Amino acid sequence: MQRKRKLGRGVAVVGAGMSQFGMFKDKNSKDLFAEAFNEMLSSVDKGVDPEDIEALYLGNFTNDFFIHQAHWGPIISDLIGHTPKPATRTEGACASSALALREGVFAIASGFYDMVLVGGVEEMSKLPVEKVTEGLALATVPYEMEAGFTFPGVFGAIATAYFERYGATREHLMNVTIKSHNNAPLNPKAQFKVSIRDIMNSRIKRAKDKGEAVPAWRDEKEFLRDPVVNPVVAWPMHLYDCCPISDGASCMLLVAEEIAENFTDDPLHVIGIGQGSGRGLHAADDITYFEATRYAAKEAYELSGLKPEDIQIAEVHDCFSMAEIIHPEDLGFFKPGEGYKAVEEGLTALDGSKPINTSGGLKCKGHPVGATGIAQLYEIWRQLRGEAGERQVPIKDLRVGAAHNLGGTGGTCTFTILERR
Amino acid sequence: MEARPFSDITYRQFLNEEKLMGSKCRKCGALFLPPRPICIKCHGTQMEWAEMKGKGKLVAFTCIAVGPPSMIEEGYDRKHPYVSGVVELEEGTAIDARIEEVDGNNPESIEIGMPLAVKFLHRGEGENLRTYLGFRPS
Ligand SMILES: [Zn+2]
Repeated sequence: MQRKRKLGRGVAVVGAGMSQFGMFKDKNSKDLFAEAFNEMLSSVDKGVDPEDIEALYLGNFTNDFFIHQAHWGPIISDLIGHTPKPATRTEGACASSALALREGVFAIASGFYDMVLVGGVEEMSKLPVEKVTEGLALATVPYEMEAGFTFPGVFGAIATAYFERYGATREHLMNVTIKSHNNAPLNPKAQFKVSIRDIMNSRIKRAKDKGEAVPAWRDEKEFLRDPVVNPVVAWPMHLYDCCPISDGASCMLLVAEEIAENFTDDPLHVIGIGQGSGRGLHAADDITYFEATRYAAKEAYELSGLKPEDIQIAEVHDCFSMAEIIHPEDLGFFKPGEGYKAVEEGLTALDGSKPINTSGGLKCKGHPVGATGIAQLYEIWRQLRGEAGERQVPIKDLRVGAAHNLGGTGGTCTFTILERR
Repeated sequence: MEARPFSDITYRQFLNEEKLMGSKCRKCGALFLPPRPICIKCHGTQMEWAEMKGKGKLVAFTCIAVGPPSMIEEGYDRKHPYVSGVVELEEGTAIDARIEEVDGNNPESIEIGMPLAVKFLHRGEGENLRTYLGFRPS
């Protein structure tokens, strides 16, 4: 039954937008999507008439739970003046909008539509933290919940098994956190635009100004080792290992490759898409990797004809620092057990040989779950087109970037590869 | 016992009875815990019950300081973290469980590979009785 898969015709990205990410008392899902949509429209180099959008695919995990409103397809369709044309919601927990993109790609590749809008939205900050945690835990598998696992708990358990096998330690997780916080101040849309060093220095200054005992941290790691500022959430995951609660929206305009030049001379081509599904933690053959990520990566590499070394930059799903160590291994960027060394050696830094999460990642950019998948691709869009401003990677001939999105405890994983020609 | 469906509901009923029951594929012999109605190795649908001895070793764990409301009700909080883990049983299958009688405030004292034995955790009474799967050092 195995045959080589291909798209019926090529699909290009000609526009992209993303709202500010953060916790907003005064903005709702519609406001945030409008922000992303308006930026997308203005990003289309030769302009686009929104009337020409034939269908909308929208990722949303569970605004049902977070703000007690479901059925987001038509709400957003109405917002952007798209009715009565079709709007479809996709749900794959934190990978919901990567699924929207995939459906949009198939819809164009099949020849059915020439232009579709794909996007995602989530509004999480209106509930107290415990309720948000409960909402997110809806995406674990039942046996994990019964055993008391939370999301940070799952990645904490993965970390203990990984540490035992490969000799990594909590210090290596700190390298990921420090790197994410170094990138984020360069991203104007990020939720936390501040480096660990600056957080540390401002706390020292505050203590001095108030005449309180001045903390004795000499460097970022001493700060992160301090349980007062960085308490345990789920050992070995501490506060600074975890992504925040966020509100936000993102979208992209997809068109058939053959008409892309009507909209821009600089489109990105969707050359690889992959999606996998996974079982819970206990049923995995090995808990130091995600089988669904490996499957999604294999699919995307086969479709694109590329190898892991051909991917020049990537956004990976760093819901927790540990995640940013294992996903690059699963995507083939580094060998199993070597992801933590790559971070330590600076290979994944902005000026490294394989920059990862130049946006600041979920950790600092923010993680409005349903918007994340396309927000990751938004970063790739900006980087590949040389529009990433201060955080533009210094790679010559930058052509290929990719994004890895993960839902639940690896239940839904996607890998999407974009190319600039 | 043989007539019970191979389901999550039955699995939980057995826990209430202090039995750790999995299912075994009659076609290929694969063992599943919790029980599955369909074999994920050979897609066989003929299953039989298999009782686990309840002995195993710890393969992964976490000490959770910020838990869900149900654990907070049990008295756990930032000062009193509980431990969850993955246990590989002697029979070769693995399961998520609470890890009891270890010090959640001292993760370094908890060792991957440590031998464990089953401990059934009964919560609530009567119709609300719910049994959670736990393990403790053996
Ligand atoms: Zn079988």
